[in-house]
Amino acid sequence: MSAHASEAHAGGSRLYLWVWGWLLGFTAVEVYLAYIHLAPTLMLTLLMGLSVVKAALIIAYFMHLRFERLSLFLTLWPAAVFCILLILIFFFPDSVRLRELRPF
Amino acid sequence: MADAHTEAVLESRWSGGVAPYAMGSKKLGMWLFIVSDSLTFSVLLLAYSYLRLATPNWPRPFPFSPAIIYATVMTFFLLSSSLTMVMAVANAHRGNHRKTVFWLMGTMLGGIGFIGLHMREWFHLFHEGVYPWTNPYGVPLFGGTFFGLTGMHMLHVSIGVIYLGIIAFGFGTRKFSSEDVEVSGLYWHFVDLVWMFIFPLVYLMSVKF
Repeated sequence: MSAHASEAHAGGSRLYLWVWGWLLGFTAVEVYLAYIHLAPTLMLTLLMGLSVVKAALIIAYFMHLRFERLSLFLTLWPAAVFCILLILIFFFPDSVRLRELRPF
Repeated sequence: MADAHTEAVLESRWSGGVAPYAMGSKKLGMWLFIVSDSLTFSVLLLAYSYLRLATPNWPRPFPFSPAIIYATVMTFFLLSSSLTMVMAVANAHRGNHRKTVFWLMGTMLGGIGFIGLHMREWFHLFHEGVYPWTNPYGVPLFGGTFFGLTGMHMLHVSIGVIYLGIIAFGFGTRKFSSEDVEVSGLYWHFVDLVWMFIFPLVYLMSVKF
């Protein structure tokens, strides 16, 4: 991990093309899912799953985090993900409750 | 082209101490900004999703053709501009100034194409009476959240294009180091990453049946 600068830039272009191809492929799958009209819950689950994979690919390869020290990743992302999950857990069930409480 | 200080920081390899992450302060600073900005966008996306779930008659204003197709082309522009950006960073580290500027220009073009298509879509919505404060669907919050979210993202893309222009000029005239190009790349990829969540949540989940 330490010699990241030289190691990752050496055979880089082909790796980046592959990542780009995968990202386009996942996007195509997402658009296809929108085209065939799935049930919203299933659709949302699949779309968010694919988006998280795409985000991970961008962070790991394009943003190079895979080739940095593990300590950087551990400093940055677990805390951020934890914050986002906290918002989801404490805040989101309320949105469904609001809908159920509606008089119509 | 990295300056003496950056070289010294990068060479201190022992774990902890002077450089626990073995990177320059600019790059670490950009990473910290990205994490805080990711929370900003998370909250905007969560607010949008919350209101959407809590509102029974939330509009689905995007027909597959042309709205979703346009949004897909916009996604293609952003993804491809990320590819040209990594090419720029790779060339910058090799010290190839002309190629770096060329790829940076390509990245800016991708960003400008994205902004152009996005503005076109916005004006189309204005034409249909959809504004940030009102719309014909009777759910004014749709405009508030949609334009707030996509506007915040477009602001990031616009700032990114200007930022890359400055970096391209500075690197072309040998004022900036390859680390500066790499740091601007981190920002650009992050803007791309955010769109990977806006595109499915705002567009694909709202296809008009």
